[in-house]
Amino acid sequence: MLLNDDQSMLADLAARLFTDKADPDTVRAIRDGRIDSGYDQTLWQAMGEAGLTGILVPEAHGGMDFGLVGAGLVAREAGRRLAMTPYVSSAVLAATALGAADDDALRARWLPALADARAIATLACDEGRHHRPHDPATRAVAGGDGGWHLQGEKTLVSDAAEADLLLVSADDGDGDGDGPCLFAVEAGAAGLTIESTPLLDSRSCARITLDRTPAQPLGAGRPALDASLRAGRAVLAAELVGIAREVFARTLGYLHERRQFGRAIGSFQALQHRAAHLSVEIEMAEALAFRALEACDRDEPGADAMVPAAKAKAAAVARVAAAEGVQMHGGMGMTDEFDIGLFMKRARAAGHTLGGDRYCTDAFARARGY
Amino acid sequence: MAELEAWRMDVRDWLAANCPDAMREPVRSADDHVWGGRRWVFSSEAQRLWLERMAAKGWTAPEWPVEYGGAGLSPEAHAVLREEMARIGARTPVSNFGFWMLGPALLKFGSEAQKRRHLPAIARGEIRWCQGYSEPGAGSDLASLQTRAEAHDDHFVVNGRKIWTSYADRADCMFCLVRTDPDARKQAGISFLLLDMESEGVSTRPIQLISGESPFCETFFDDVSVPQENLVGELNQGWTIAKYLLTHERENIGGEPPGLLKGRDLGAMALAAIGADAEGRIDEPSLRHDIAGLEIDAMAFRALVDDVRARAEAGQGVGARSAMLKYYGTELNKRRYDLMMDVMGAEALEWEGERTHGGQYAREWLRSKGNSIEGGTSEIMLDIVAAHVLELPRG
Ligand SMILES: Cc1cc2nc3c(=O)[nH]c(=O)nc-3n(C[C@H](O)[C@H](O)[C@H](O)COP(=O)(O)OP(=O)(O)OC[C@H]3O[C@@H](n4cnc5c(N)ncnc54)[C@H](O)[C@@H]3O)c2cc1C
Repeated sequence: MLLNDDQSMLADLAARLFTDKADPDTVRAIRDGRIDSGYDQTLWQAMGEAGLTGILVPEAHGGMDFGLVGAGLVAREAGRRLAMTPYVSSAVLAATALGAADDDALRARWLPALADARAIATLACDEGRHHRPHDPATRAVAGGDGGWHLQGEKTLVSDAAEADLLLVSADDGDGDGDGPCLFAVEAGAAGLTIESTPLLDSRSCARITLDRTPAQPLGAGRPALDASLRAGRAVLAAELVGIAREVFARTLGYLHERRQFGRAIGSFQALQHRAAHLSVEIEMAEALAFRALEACDRDEPGADAMVPAAKAKAAAVARVAAAEGVQMHGGMGMTDEFDIGLFMKRARAAGHTLGGDRYCTDAFARARGY
Repeated sequence: MAELEAWRMDVRDWLAANCPDAMREPVRSADDHVWGGRRWVFSSEAQRLWLERMAAKGWTAPEWPVEYGGAGLSPEAHAVLREEMARIGARTPVSNFGFWMLGPALLKFGSEAQKRRHLPAIARGEIRWCQGYSEPGAGSDLASLQTRAEAHDDHFVVNGRKIWTSYADRADCMFCLVRTDPDARKQAGISFLLLDMESEGVSTRPIQLISGESPFCETFFDDVSVPQENLVGELNQGWTIAKYLLTHERENIGGEPPGLLKGRDLGAMALAAIGADAEGRIDEPSLRHDIAGLEIDAMAFRALVDDVRARAEAGQGVGARSAMLKYYGTELNKRRYDLMMDVMGAEALEWEGERTHGGQYAREWLRSKGNSIEGGTSEIMLDIVAAHVLELPRG
């Protein structure tokens, strides 16, 4: 899409910030314990100072309220540099869910802290192996004192160990059939157990158990969860586009540089055609991702079909871009020393998060009425 | 903005008053497409009237200048016209190679006299053009073409043979590429000529396609005399025009499918053809998944086309990106027709009869296979993307 002036400025700012402050090698540093943290704290603080952690937070709560196109521009740059931050968890998923919450006190307490990176929050909506956000086994039980308790287990909770606040989906048992609601659980709450399960992309992730854990309802029902998921998927699509773009740029560089049979391997038509095809796929994935983000910002009726479409497309394209990247780098592509593999791992994990391409393709078909 | 909205209302009113009801029916068969030309026989009075009315407004070629038979519309105003036509399902009143290809080339490279003579006749649907590029020995390697045009005092003498010339037997005139300097480097000795198909020495032989139709021909030139004034641009500079025109052709081929699938949703077709399960979804999960996958790609493709258009309007140029669009758009179209065949099952295999309007499913499916060949093959498009977009080294 053609960016307006504000969006161009934001894109430039994000590009500069991530080029200066993010480095794919940080993935190894965190994985190998050279950095003693689940994420890149220096980068996260820099993002906070630049306002990016509050990109979706309303101005009244100290955020930029930039909208999802802006959040996507940041994510694309983060994808390019494999930024190891809780950006999607905290600045997108949690900020959107809290923004939709029906509880002013909760919003006033958490949104400003998320906006300036004093606190991290995340969403816990998955159980088991697959993304089925609308049918949780986790139960919310109302106590006699008017409070609520949660009982259940969650998987694939990104950044849980670092989070000050977890937004947990649960069935409130009111039998109204309107689906799960979100509940706020604070770090250190009674009965909350966090088992870290770092993923192949070396990001912080956990399985959590909730046993009579006190929780506070967001009070907005399923719409808050759906808004959060929609924003998260759209922004992940943009991150995946950034990953695809970066892997492809590196691969293209290698096609020029590497020589075999007395010529650059990029002069072989078999590789040229695959690269050319991939370049079209990447441009399409990018165009669709930003079109979907824009549709959300404008609250277009088509947005509910466009977002899963964008996520499915970006996930598939990023995966192919990474796989072609490895293949076209030959043996080099298989080494840990080389960055391509890091992109491949992140593409796989981000592609699965909040619904992989099969889930999203099916969601698209539903939204289209078939 | 307000101006555009006022324009929209004018267009809407005019269309409501002037578009015959029959011209708002979906296109069902090849007879519904109006190609125009000296020998054109309208299949209904409504067809004739619709063309006459649209041509009088200059809306058959909306962006061409008024003095050349167009309406001089801006791209935005044209978009409004297109949207309003689509809204009521109005058919395109006439179209042929004159609109898609020759017109834009003449506007850019033609002399004033050529523009005044040829463009209004195209816009009114009076002259039907065909494209004489390919030859038996010159397909993808178009610049190796051999049809000769020898320059005499005030005319050229053309000898040689073209092939795959779409509708050569039904067209009035041809724009073609001929070799005017056999000694120059391939691309440097080519000129762009206009010739009348009724000239002495021109003959055509139809070639039947796998779809059963014979839209294209072999075209022979035997000492055909072509007046000097029919040379477009400079002598031996035809390659530049040819390339410009190919870009236009590619943008058109990459567009929405014509025919049966125009404006139709495969998902809805499948629901009707296959039936719904208890949840109201296509009762065939693997087909549903494939249709959704195709529609996602189609949506992404449209988003890219819109971006490329917006960039072009902002003066950033389309250039070699048209090869990207031609490549993906035609491959997508082939996939769409493959799925349509799956959706329609046995009915789609019928080759004749009323039910399928004479085997339209099968015939259009087969015809779609040519999309990735005509106007430059997919492989050539990928070559162009590799060389000019990705700037990879030449093989
Ligand atoms: C429906 C239809 C309508 C047409 N209408 C017209 C018309 O009106 N006027 C006109 O002039 N022409 C027309 N054409 C011709 C069309 O432009 C040519 O068919 C096309 O350019 C390919 O040329 P060819 O058929 O000689 O195939 P070839 O060039 O012989 O190609 C054969 C195969 O080899 C591949 N190939 C060739 N070169 C390379 C390479 N360098 N690298 C990799 N692969 C390669 C091709 O991609 C293709 O798969 C039409 C064709 C079709 C199918």
